[in-house]
Amino acid sequence: MADRPASVRINDFEEVDTGLTPDEAIAEAERCLQCKKPLCVKGCPVCIDIPAFVHAVAEGDFRGAARTLKEQNMLPAICGRVCPQETQCEGACVLGIKETPVRIGALERFVADWERQEGAELPEVARPTGKRVAVVGSGPAGLTAAAGVARAGHAVTIFESLHEAGGVLTYGIPSFRLPEDVVRAEIDQVLALGVRLKKNHLAGRSVSIDELLGYDAVFLATGAGLPVFMGIPGENRNGVYSANEFLTRVNLMHADAFPGFDTPVLHGARVAVIGGGNVAMDSARVARRMGAKVFLVYRRREEDMPARKVEVSHAREEGIEFVTCTNPIRILGEECVIGLECVEMSLCDLDESGRPSPEPIPGSEFIIDVDMVIQAIGTGPNPLLVSLIPGLERGRRGNVVVDDNGRTSIPHVYAGGDIATGAATVIEAMGSAKRAAAAMNAMLKGE
Amino acid sequence: MKRLYRVELAIKLADRVYEYWIRAPQVAQHARAGQFLILRLHERGERIPLTISAVRGDAVRVIFMAVGKTTQELATLRAGDSIMDVAGPLGRPSEIARYGTCCVVGGGVGIAGTPLIAEELKRAGNHVIGIIGARSADLLVLEDEMRGICDELYVTTDDGSRGAHGFAADVLKRLLGERVIDCVWIIGPAIMMKITSGVTAPYGVKTYVSLNPIMVDGTGMCGSCRVTVGGETKFACVDGPEFDAHQVDFVELMQRQRIYTGQEKISLERYAEHQCRCGEGGGSHG
Repeated sequence: MADRPASVRINDFEEVDTGLTPDEAIAEAERCLQCKKPLCVKGCPVCIDIPAFVHAVAEGDFRGAARTLKEQNMLPAICGRVCPQETQCEGACVLGIKETPVRIGALERFVADWERQEGAELPEVARPTGKRVAVVGSGPAGLTAAAGVARAGHAVTIFESLHEAGGVLTYGIPSFRLPEDVVRAEIDQVLALGVRLKKNHLAGRSVSIDELLGYDAVFLATGAGLPVFMGIPGENRNGVYSANEFLTRVNLMHADAFPGFDTPVLHGARVAVIGGGNVAMDSARVARRMGAKVFLVYRRREEDMPARKVEVSHAREEGIEFVTCTNPIRILGEECVIGLECVEMSLCDLDESGRPSPEPIPGSEFIIDVDMVIQAIGTGPNPLLVSLIPGLERGRRGNVVVDDNGRTSIPHVYAGGDIATGAATVIEAMGSAKRAAAAMNAMLKGE
Repeated sequence: MKRLYRVELAIKLADRVYEYWIRAPQVAQHARAGQFLILRLHERGERIPLTISAVRGDAVRVIFMAVGKTTQELATLRAGDSIMDVAGPLGRPSEIARYGTCCVVGGGVGIAGTPLIAEELKRAGNHVIGIIGARSADLLVLEDEMRGICDELYVTTDDGSRGAHGFAADVLKRLLGERVIDCVWIIGPAIMMKITSGVTAPYGVKTYVSLNPIMVDGTGMCGSCRVTVGGETKFACVDGPEFDAHQVDFVELMQRQRIYTGQEKISLERYAEHQCRCGEGGGSHG
């Protein structure tokens, strides 16, 4: 497994990492100590039997490894690529104390890719129960819950408002991190369990609340789709995008291939991306691939960035210029963007997140010469559907309030993923969806 | 799984103006006045918002002017052809209530959005006055339909070729001077809505405009359609599309509508060239 050179990959949207060969995978799997009390499994939000699947890989039994993976996780090719393994399974691996941990993520991806090529085998589905379950949203949480409930024999319908399934996997994460065909293949596997997908159906609008609540169980997984803007002057000038818009135009609508595809997007020559998370890295690297000189503007230090370290280093390798300890205060220009006025930040006391809290340095204002600005400072829960459901308790930030099993304030309505937890990772969304699916299955059995 | 949406009826109403009925049950069954849909013609298509103009059974009506690449391509479809994606109904429905006397003003293709609002206002017990205006008689649409719904209908054309010579705003101004009007809806091009709503401001009449910024998803996810209303940023797709006219920053709206002018031209030229080459065989293709 090796990263393609930055000088090559900035010219295309192909994957950065080429994956393991079968021999490399076996050699890597053989490093596993097969701990009696495996810490890696505790680090996995969806509780994959990691030693078992790694053992199967070491034996060359890739089919068996795939079976073990899919027992707990229907989206292994996706998770193998986008999970922050360094803070989860690999972070917990005892080998990591003295050397490098087993590359569990790379092995998961290898097995899933192998199975996709060789032909996927579907897990067992129980006999039909006659119960109907509605899942709203087809992102990681929705797909995971749908698979969990469908396998118990319930009839599942997913309502998706866009013309493609996948949620953030499809509109948000660029193909150089997560190729479209990988996402599509894993969605198809979930659908092959008998799940019905209704695209172009915005729940609450195309599906009435009464109709939705008429299902025996409902799982809300509408995500954190609401883009947050900084609220600085000049934000509505032409050439200012939310990361959601910029990434949706490119990933979902293929605006980078305009006019071959009909959706346009501006091609900034000099682009400022504001933020330090994975979405900021994605936006910066997409803009770079579209030919821009990219400045990543972040108010704290590089080591404080919430993005995965590997994404930060990939961005750096690809020539993204980091402008840290800097906060934008104004977007300049008349109709279009001609610059981003910023102020330098000094880092003071640690705040509640354990990171130093940035304070502006008076008189340090300066201008970055850019013609496009992408704001990637976070997203909030999508309020549309959840605000239309009477009696659904919501938290201060608009998220749906749930217990550990995803139960909401309405007895047969469950929620998971970002709409419940606030913006988090793909795998955390899947973990919460799995627990909710188990709770829904128990409830539906009990009735 | 491909779900296709069939064109049931395709009619040319005027030069470059078309009326299409599209089968989209999930949209038709839930559509209310003031809402819109988003369609995507094919795999390579863009998502464009269109106002829902009428509903019959499982079909919805849209009326559009073929000015851009997508609308020109849409206009080549015939009854029986399919559209790949239709999503909706989107946006908040109009604030229908019993106001008393209401005026529903449509300009150009914006007239498409007036019948459903007029109808629902009428059903709510209002006295409904319609004012529809277009550049010239041949561009005036839905006159008979609006005459059937409204208690009174006024027609204007910029060139005087039908109805009163002048703008819808002129009629509205005259009516406001003559009697009490409790609520006004204005639907049309941004500049027309700006000018026309300026007429109601001195009278303090509640006035709604239906905004038409550039959109992508239409579900509040991207912020492409953000507009400034009363000094606050709103998303037209989920907070609107109808807003208090007197609070809307129309200059910014018009500026944001121009973002892709350059690309739109490229797309259109490329399409025209393609049509030209393919058109030599004589047939249109949908």
